[in-house]
Amino acid sequence: MSDKPAHWTMETFATIQTMKFVAGAGVGVAAVAFADPGLAGILGFWVIACIINVWVVRFLGDFSHWLAPVLFGATVLLVWEMVVAVYAISPVILPAPSAIAAKIATSLPILWTDFAQTVLKGAIPGFLIGASAAFVTAILIDRSPFLQRGLLPIGNFVAALPIVGLAPILVMWFGFDWQSKAAVVVVMVFFPILVNLVAGLQASERMQADLMATWGASYWQALWKLRLPAAMPFFFNGLKIASTLALIGAIVAEFFGSPVYGMGFRISTEVGRLGLDMVWATIAVAALAGSALYGLITLIERGVTFWHPSQRH
Amino acid sequence: MKDTLSVGAPVIEAKGLNLVFQTADGPVHALKDVNLTINAGEFVSFIGPSGCGKTTFLRAIAALEHPTAGTLTVNGITPDEARRKRAYGYVFQAAGLYPWRTIAGNIRLPLEIMGFSKPDQAERVARVLDLVELSGFANKFPWQLSGGMQQRASIARALAFDADILLMDEPFGALDEIVRDRLNEELLKLWARTGKTIGFVTHSIPEAVYLSTRIVVMSPRPGRITDIIDSPLPRDRPLDIRDSREFIEIAHRVREGLRAGHQDE
Repeated sequence: MSDKPAHWTMETFATIQTMKFVAGAGVGVAAVAFADPGLAGILGFWVIACIINVWVVRFLGDFSHWLAPVLFGATVLLVWEMVVAVYAISPVILPAPSAIAAKIATSLPILWTDFAQTVLKGAIPGFLIGASAAFVTAILIDRSPFLQRGLLPIGNFVAALPIVGLAPILVMWFGFDWQSKAAVVVVMVFFPILVNLVAGLQASERMQADLMATWGASYWQALWKLRLPAAMPFFFNGLKIASTLALIGAIVAEFFGSPVYGMGFRISTEVGRLGLDMVWATIAVAALAGSALYGLITLIERGVTFWHPSQRH
Repeated sequence: MKDTLSVGAPVIEAKGLNLVFQTADGPVHALKDVNLTINAGEFVSFIGPSGCGKTTFLRAIAALEHPTAGTLTVNGITPDEARRKRAYGYVFQAAGLYPWRTIAGNIRLPLEIMGFSKPDQAERVARVLDLVELSGFANKFPWQLSGGMQQRASIARALAFDADILLMDEPFGALDEIVRDRLNEELLKLWARTGKTIGFVTHSIPEAVYLSTRIVVMSPRPGRITDIIDSPLPRDRPLDIRDSREFIEIAHRVREGLRAGHQDE
């Protein structure tokens, strides 16, 4: 333990706080136990899990970095499982996590086909095409104030179109397969990336632009060596926002016509057949895919913008 | 005798220079009838209150602002042509180093832009890092260095491509007194070693007197030159020269000049 008095006092304080919490929660759980023993059990478990997590964060230091979120996630799943079991909730309203896991385990080939169709063919190509198009457009806009006045409002207008209106039109244009989904994603991700990058290109300081001028740098030299690197934190903000939009766009677009596979197709048909466990299984895959995409972008961002104050650790 | 010998041909010549900014509140007369000649190897300081046009004049020399009347030449050509010939290095009040480049990478940046060969770049970076005593910090990032070290790196960057003219706009304005004293001393040594022509904007009377061979006193609304003081101090100046009688006399004259400019309003 630390020998610093201030540190010691803080830990004592925290321990006292924890004890107060335990005492208060214990009284609460005891009171509930009279009315609803099942609920008391669930609450009791929740309180114990909370205490374990607090202690993990406090005393396991480095481990807690990944252990605490894992514990929290496991707690949520277990409480969910208990609630479904104790109150015998209909699987149509809320299937238990174990039921969803079982469904995932038995439906892996279907889930993979859906994932490949929606994420690998729809969302990711659409995202890449939209991001590239936004990148090129941002530089065109940067080059010409005329385009800045003309293109940004058009981009704004397209971004304001509701996806439920746009998706059926694009399905008519590009067919039922993944091409129309990618097109929806392109439209959805284009504007947030564009706006962020245009703002980023204007973010470099006047003084640094002046320095470039004193060195006799050309437009492209200044763009490549100063303004694009300075714009990267903005660009990655746009990419992160767009990554979640890409998945939503690819899934929702399938509601308006698709082959007989795809995550959006699966959700809409299984809802009709009351196969809610399959809907939840698909949602779980979507959540995992979305987190993975977001995490990947965050990882690349950390490498590219390591110099930005928000990334220095 | 030595002083007159080391000062060479005119490098910067301003004749009847006027610069008017058009702003939302009407025209602002930033520079009015400025006449000044700076010779090779001189160290000229510009001093005056905010709005006196000292920074504007320096920026006009660097072709970052464009005069509305009069003539301004650098090495006998226009400032814009001189800029394209990379005639000067410019040091701003803030170091302005790029955070995504190392110290060496920052100093290499103007060399990359100007198309120096790779071995030449490496050789020059090493030389100027040594000149500003930052050799051990080549691979550090700017944010890992103190403000004084960052400013030394920015001076190294301005020196790397060997421009004959060094323009410095309050380079030490944001630093504390002790660091500023040391950098002033180092700057004088550097000037003695390289023989560059230096234009230096400052708010500080002691700094101007300590560094300069000539002090240009300016005054605002409209921005103009009110006094030009030739310093009789020798080129070799230890820090304690600031306690000498000559030093105090010049400082006094600068202060009087600044006050007179203020009363004109």
